[in-house]
Amino acid sequence: MSTLTRIARSRTVAALASPHGVDHYLSRINPMWAAHEVRARVVDVHRETDTPGAPVATLTLQPTATWRGHRAGQYVQVGLDLPGSARRMTRCFSISSAASGAGEQITLTVRSHAEGQVSKYLVDAEPGLVLHLSQAQGRFTLPVSPATPGIDPLLFITGGSGITPALSMVRTLLRDGYDGRAGRPVTFLHYARSEADQICADELARIAEDDNDVTVHLRHGDAVFNELELRRLAPGFRDTDTWACGPAGMIDLVRAAYGDSPRLRLELFKPPSAASGSAEGDLTFAGSDQRVANSGASILEQAEELGLRPEFGCRMGICFSCTTRKTEGTVRNVLSGAESSLPDEDIQICVSAPVGDCVVDL
Amino acid sequence: MKTTPKPTPKPTPKPTPKPTLTAEQLEAFGEEMDALRQRVLADLGEDDAAYIRTVVKRQQQLEVLGRALFYLPPAWPLAVGALSLSKIIENMEIGHNVMHGQYDWMGDPHLNSRIYDWDNVCPGEQWKYSHNYIHHTFTNILGKDRDIGYGILRMDEDQEWHPYYLGNPVYAFLLMVFFEWGVAMHDLEVENIVRGTRTMEDNKELHAGIMRKVRRQALKDYLLFPALTGPLFPLTFVGNATANLVRNVWAFNIIFCGHFPAGAETFSQDECADGPEGRETRGHWYYRQILGSANITGSPLFHVLSGNLSHQIEHHLFPDLPARRYPEIAPEVREICERYGIEYTTGPLRKQLGSVARKICRLALPDRRAPQPGTPEAVRRPLAA
Repeated sequence: MSTLTRIARSRTVAALASPHGVDHYLSRINPMWAAHEVRARVVDVHRETDTPGAPVATLTLQPTATWRGHRAGQYVQVGLDLPGSARRMTRCFSISSAASGAGEQITLTVRSHAEGQVSKYLVDAEPGLVLHLSQAQGRFTLPVSPATPGIDPLLFITGGSGITPALSMVRTLLRDGYDGRAGRPVTFLHYARSEADQICADELARIAEDDNDVTVHLRHGDAVFNELELRRLAPGFRDTDTWACGPAGMIDLVRAAYGDSPRLRLELFKPPSAASGSAEGDLTFAGSDQRVANSGASILEQAEELGLRPEFGCRMGICFSCTTRKTEGTVRNVLSGAESSLPDEDIQICVSAPVGDCVVDL
Repeated sequence: MKTTPKPTPKPTPKPTPKPTLTAEQLEAFGEEMDALRQRVLADLGEDDAAYIRTVVKRQQQLEVLGRALFYLPPAWPLAVGALSLSKIIENMEIGHNVMHGQYDWMGDPHLNSRIYDWDNVCPGEQWKYSHNYIHHTFTNILGKDRDIGYGILRMDEDQEWHPYYLGNPVYAFLLMVFFEWGVAMHDLEVENIVRGTRTMEDNKELHAGIMRKVRRQALKDYLLFPALTGPLFPLTFVGNATANLVRNVWAFNIIFCGHFPAGAETFSQDECADGPEGRETRGHWYYRQILGSANITGSPLFHVLSGNLSHQIEHHLFPDLPARRYPEIAPEVREICERYGIEYTTGPLRKQLGSVARKICRLALPDRRAPQPGTPEAVRRPLAA
């Protein structure tokens, strides 16, 4: 850490800059100066596929010096101030590049969705754009490396955009000198909607050709995951360290094939749930690991019903004491009737009722 | 169909009697308020975001200017002026409003009520509890709203007189000078410890939080910034203290004009039990917010410097709407109030200050009327009893 950074992070400077924080002043001078926050400048945008309606691009990001690096398989929260919108949008994206060190460049491989304002904007972004970033998060990671003793084979099962964390893991292994002599076969099984939708097709072909003990199986079109095929490609898969990432439907099939095998690690890509406008679905309290059938009452009341004791104040939506993070699903504000489906948003649980499935950090 | 109720004043000893609204009228009134709120909510957008960002930028510029001018001794009054202005804007238009959650919808962590902590010795976390929750939920309910007299003053006829209150004007003056300290201590509910309804143990954590914040504030204004000006240390020290004093005097006066001039009403707990199971209806809640608050008229700049608390009535109706919207909805709120015969108290700063000062002095002395029966015990006993 340079002396300047150490000064910028000191409590003395924090006291001088209060109440706004030193980063607020630094970013006014240069958006890439930060002492605590992470921001990143887009330095390159590369089109992967041109599928109409759902093109994919890989963005190369240069993070600020505050970036602590990531382990292969982790994701970041990207905050974007869209022009013309006063609301900062925050979305999660897996990092597609190999494991990074502090301050090193990373890549995000983003598929544009018709209704995804953030993904649409990012895929068409120009270099120079500055994004807000979180530090890397998530435990869907690769603990092994070429230096790790052992000859256990590895298996990746991915679907659609779920390929990105697996790409990061395979790229990390290969970059760090992984080859066939390690005696640790790697199987990469991926399902894409079509050949045109295949992300990083050239690179995957190259990896498959090289003498590196990595086998790549790409399935396009109507092919869906099935256990019989997996048994043929990876005999003894239930005893193989497996990372599976993709849409909910595929994950359900994979989960069924593995039964209760502890070797399977999962990461789910959930589509935004559609608002049903009625008391259907499940309300999940992630922090306390509890789930109830949505009764239609406010989230605060449903939590209390369950015996949880979340913080609250006015119980009428004015004091913000009960603000809690909703990570998934749709809620309706009982005062305004407004529905909101943004992932990772803060809601006042005293005046928010779930619409369909909903997950809150309680 | 909206009905225009006729105000039917009841002969009571209070100077401004409360109107009597039927349950239906209260409900219709509440619905009109809800509709107004929805209209503003639906309209929130870029202008509101741009506004608060500009205010933050101007405040930071004033602060940097003020701190820099301390290096030029002849410019000392200017430095104090710029820093005072910066501190006023930060506490009133930024801190108070951001910590109310008015800008949470922007998704900007820097303007988020859970993260922001203002330039004040009262820790934001504690203030949000005592102010956003207690004061804004139980506004002007005797025995529940601790902002009535801040636990040390007699600000309502229904607080029983005691010789201790002869010092009312002196306590008010001291509270004004040390306002931020008063606000910080407010949360410790010292008067309840004197009364024996609260223990020192209850305060341990709060006290630690206050001390952490006090250390940070003192470090900044009374050590680091003065030290950075080297030999000018004493001048900068006094300058920073003066800026804090100016901000205290300003904030005290704006806030006391918000709830205590003639026309602002207080409520008993029984009055706020008009709904099923003895709970207050939404209509009555809105009604109480209006009667319990008072506005101050003035220029747009005056409104910014008061954090739009010059629109105390609108703020109390809609504490989570961005404060810059209060001036534009005020005429409509006033029009609705007129139709329902609800008094809308407003006046220029001079008049409201005079009214508050008179009340502080008048209530220092015993009342000429007999005390009303049924006043909650907790309120009737003074702090020093």
